[in-house]
Amino acid sequence: MTLTSVAQVAYLVAAVLFILSLAGLSKQTTARRGNLLGMVGMGIAIAATIALALDQSERAWGATALLIACVLLIGAGVGIYRARTVEMTQMPELIALLHSFVGLAAVLIGYNSFLTEGHDAMHLVEVFLGVLIGAVTFTGSIVAFLKLSARMPSAPLTLPGRHALNAGILVASAGLMVWFLAAPSVWPLILMTVLALALGYHLVAAIGGGDMPVVVSMLNSYSGWAAAAAGFMLGNDLLIVTGALVGASGAILSYLMCKAMNRKFLAVILGGFGGETASSGAEVTGSHQEVTAAATAQMLVDARSVVIAPGYGMAVAKAQYPVADLVSRLRDQGVQVRFAVHPVAGRLPGHMNVLLAEARVPYDIVLELDEINSDFADTDVVLVIGANDTVNPAALDDPGSPIAGMPVLEVWNAGQVVVFKRSMATGYAGVQNPLFFKDNTAMLFGDAKAQVEAILAALPARV
Amino acid sequence: MKIGIPHQSVDGSTLVAATPKTVEALTALGYDVLVETGAGQAATLGDEAYLVAGAAITDAASVWGADIVAAYQAPTASQRDLLAPGAVLICTLAPHTSGALIADLAARGVTAMALDAVPRISRAQSMDVLSTMSNVSGYRAVIEAAQAYGAMFAGQVTAAGKTNPATVFVIGAGVAGLASLGAAVSLGAQVRAFDVRPEVAEQIESMGARFVHAPAAQQEVSADGYAKPLTEAQLAAALDVYAQESARADVVITTALVRGSAPTTITAQMVAAMKPGSVIVDLAASGGGNCELTVPGEAVLTDNGVHIIGYTDLPSRMPQHTSQLLGTNIVNLVKLLTPAKDGAAVLDMEDPIVRGMTVAHAGEVTWPPPPVSVSADAGSGAVGNPSETEGPQEREARLAAEAERASALEAARKKRNAWSIGIAGGALAIALCFANPAFLMMMTVFILAVFIGYYVISSVSHSLHTPLMSQTNAISGIILIGALLQLGSSSLVVTVLAFIAAAVASINVFGGFLVTYRMLGMFQKGA
Repeated sequence: MTLTSVAQVAYLVAAVLFILSLAGLSKQTTARRGNLLGMVGMGIAIAATIALALDQSERAWGATALLIACVLLIGAGVGIYRARTVEMTQMPELIALLHSFVGLAAVLIGYNSFLTEGHDAMHLVEVFLGVLIGAVTFTGSIVAFLKLSARMPSAPLTLPGRHALNAGILVASAGLMVWFLAAPSVWPLILMTVLALALGYHLVAAIGGGDMPVVVSMLNSYSGWAAAAAGFMLGNDLLIVTGALVGASGAILSYLMCKAMNRKFLAVILGGFGGETASSGAEVTGSHQEVTAAATAQMLVDARSVVIAPGYGMAVAKAQYPVADLVSRLRDQGVQVRFAVHPVAGRLPGHMNVLLAEARVPYDIVLELDEINSDFADTDVVLVIGANDTVNPAALDDPGSPIAGMPVLEVWNAGQVVVFKRSMATGYAGVQNPLFFKDNTAMLFGDAKAQVEAILAALPARV
Repeated sequence: MKIGIPHQSVDGSTLVAATPKTVEALTALGYDVLVETGAGQAATLGDEAYLVAGAAITDAASVWGADIVAAYQAPTASQRDLLAPGAVLICTLAPHTSGALIADLAARGVTAMALDAVPRISRAQSMDVLSTMSNVSGYRAVIEAAQAYGAMFAGQVTAAGKTNPATVFVIGAGVAGLASLGAAVSLGAQVRAFDVRPEVAEQIESMGARFVHAPAAQQEVSADGYAKPLTEAQLAAALDVYAQESARADVVITTALVRGSAPTTITAQMVAAMKPGSVIVDLAASGGGNCELTVPGEAVLTDNGVHIIGYTDLPSRMPQHTSQLLGTNIVNLVKLLTPAKDGAAVLDMEDPIVRGMTVAHAGEVTWPPPPVSVSADAGSGAVGNPSETEGPQEREARLAAEAERASALEAARKKRNAWSIGIAGGALAIALCFANPAFLMMMTVFILAVFIGYYVISSVSHSLHTPLMSQTNAISGIILIGALLQLGSSSLVVTVLAFIAAAVASINVFGGFLVTYRMLGMFQKGA
C-alpha cells in the first residue's frame, strides 16, 4: 500500500460521489443530498491531493503546506463571502465569473505542466489543447460576466467577416501547434494563448443578450472540457472524469435550451443572432389598452384561476417578493394561482425558479411550459411580469418572425392578460409582440415591483 | 331598445329566458329589459329580484310588443298576435318540423331567430341552447334514475354488511351522455359507457367512467374525420353490446338522438332480460325514444319490474340553473347582435351564426340557411350530440398529414446523422489505435465519463438548472488538485503560477458549493 494507491482510491471514491451528486440534483427531493455528496467528494479529493502534494514536494514540506493553507484560506474567504452575499438576481453573473476562474486555472496549469514535465509529442498536444480551451473559457466567461452585469452593452458585436476571423484564429492555432511540436518552446504557446484569449472574447461578444442563458451553459461545458484537458496532461483520472461530467452536462443543458428556443445550436455559438434577423418579422401595429393597478387587483379577486408568467423583467425589478406576497394573499382567498416558467425565461436556465424559491414560492405551483400550456384556456387572468419574447404569439403565427417556431406560453388563450412592462419597447430578440395589441390584453406600465405593490395595496382586506 | 322576457308555462315549463343576473348583463349592453309579471316565479325568481337588477315588471302585451322578445318556448297564436312587425323574436323553434309556425312569423314581418339552430362552430358554442339543455338533461337523468332505483348508487360498508355500487350504462357520449356519466360517477356508481365513435374513449375515461370497447361495433377513426353511417354488421354488433351491457346494468341511460329522431337501442327483448328494479332513462323520448317501450313524457313500470323513464321536461325540473344557463346563452347572442354595446341590435346576415339562426326575416322564410363554410372546428366531439353525425374535421386530417410529412423528413435526417456519427466514431477509433496505451486508458475513462454525464444530466428538471450549473461549476473547481500538486515545485515561476491557479480554483470550489447549498435551501414544497 503506497500513498499513491491510497490517493487513487480516494479519487475513485470522489469520482463516484460526483456522479451521485449530479444524479441527485435531477430532482427537488434529492437535490440537497446531491449537493452534500459533492462537497464530501471534493473534501476527500482535496485531502488526498494535499497528502500527495506534501509527499512529492520538492522543497521543504512545511513551505508547501503553508502555501496550500494560504491558497485554501484565500479560496474559502473569497468564495464563502461571495456565496453568502450574492443576490439571487445576480446569479448568472456569479456563475459566469466562476467559469472564468476554471479557465484561468486551466491555462496556468497548462503552462506549469509544460515547464515541469517531459516533452513527448502526446503530452505537448495535451498541453496545447488544454491551454487553448482554458483561454477561450477565460475570456469568454469574462465577457459574459460583463454583459450580464451590464458593464458592457449586451448587443451583439458584429465585426465584418467574423466567422472568417474565428476560423482564421483556429487555423493559426493549428499552425502554432505544428511549430510547438517540432520545436517545443514557450513562444508558440504564448502566441496561441493570446490568440485564444482573443477568440474567447470575440465569440461571446458576438452573442446577443437574449442568448446569454445558452452562452452561460456553454461556457459551463467549456470549463468542464478545460478541466478534462488538464487531467490528460497531468495523467489524473479524477480530473478527466469530473471534467467530462461537467463538459457533458453543460453541453446537454445548452442543447436543451436551444431546443426550447427552436434555435440551431451552432447558430447560437457562432453568434450574431438578433442583429441580422430582427427586422424580417411582419410589422405589428395596433392600439393597446392600459389598465390600472386597482383594476388589476379587482380582476384578480374575481378570478378563480390565475397564472403568472415571469420573465427577466421581474428579476431586474426584484419584484419576486411582492409577487410571492400577492400569490399567498390570493391563495388565502381561494384563488388558484400558478406560475408558468418558460425554459429560457431569465438569463440563466432555471433562473426564474431560483428567484421564486428565494421568495418562498412553493415549487409545486411553479410549472413548466408543457405542463401548463394547455391550461391557459381555463385560466381567468394571466399576469405577464417582465416577460416578452416567451409569450409572443408571433412565434406561432408569423413564419417570418425571427423567433418563429419557438415554443411559447400561449397566454393569450386566457380570459384576460395583464402585461407588466416598462414601455412598449421590444424584448431581447428585438421583435414586436402582437400579444400587446390583442383585445384581451391590457398593459400595466411602470416598474414591476412598484405595480405589484400597488396591486397588493388595492386588494381588499382578508375576509 | 327594449327586450321583453315573457312568462311561459306551456306543458308545465318552468323556465324563464332571463334571470336577475343576466338582466344586469343585458342592461349593461344598453337595453331596457321588460319582464312579465311572474315570469320567473316557477324558477323561484321573484319579481322584486328582477326589479332590483334593473328590469321593469309589466304585463304580457308590452312584453310581447318589445323590440326584441327573448323566450324559451315558441309563442302561442295569441302571443304571436302581440308581436310588433319588425320585432326580433329569439326562442326555440324546432325549424326542421315547424314550417307553418315560421311561415306565420314571416308573414307578420317578424325576424325570428331559432335558439335551436345555432351553427355548430366553436365561436357559437356559448350560445348553443341545445348543448345547455343536453347538459342539464344528462345530469337530471341520473337524479331521476337514482330516485326510481330502489337502492344506493355508491357502495357502502356498514356494520350490517356491505352493499355493492350500482352499475350504470350510458349509451352515447355527447354532451348529455358525458354529463350523465359524470353525475353518476360522482354519486359513486360504477359507470360504463358506449359510443360508436372510438375517439371519445378518452373523454369517457377522463370523467372516471369505463369505455366499453367493442371493435366490431365501432367505426374506425377515419382519415378524413367523417363518421360513416353504421353498416349492417356494425349495427348488429352494437345491439349485441347494448343487450349484454343492459342485462348486467342497474341503470341504463340512453341518449341517441339524431336531428330529432331516435334510433332504437334498447329493444323490448333486452328490457325483458333486465333485472327487476332496474331503471332505464330515455333521453331521446322527445324523438320517440331509444327504447321500444318508452312512453314519451311518462314513467312506466314493465311487467318484469323495470322502470322506464321517458320524461321530456328534464330541464324544466331544474328551473334555476337551466334558466341561468339559458339566460346566459341569450346574453351571448345579444352581445353578438350588439357590437357597439349601445342597446341597438344589428342583424349582420353575413355572420354565419346570425344567418344560421335566422329562420324568418323581412317577410321571408330564411330556413334552411346556406351551408356554413367555417364548420371546420365543429366536430370536436366533446360538444357533439350523442351519435350525431360528426362535423367535418378536415383540420385534424390536415394536421395529421403535416405531422406525417414532418416525421418522414425527421427520419431521413436521423439516418443522415447516424451515418455521420458512425463515420466520425470510426475515424476516431482508427486514430486512437496509434496512440500509446497510457493515453488510451485516459481516453477510455474520458469517453465513459462523457456518457455517464449525458445520462445523468438528461433527466434534470428545468427548475433545477441553475443549482445544477453552480454545482457543476463547483465540481469543475476540481482542477484545484492539479494546481495543488504543482505547488511543491522547486521552480519559483511554477509555484507562483500554481498558486494563482489554486487560489482562483478554490474560490470556485467553496463559492460554488455554498451558493448551490444556499439556493437549494430556498426551494420548498407547498402545503
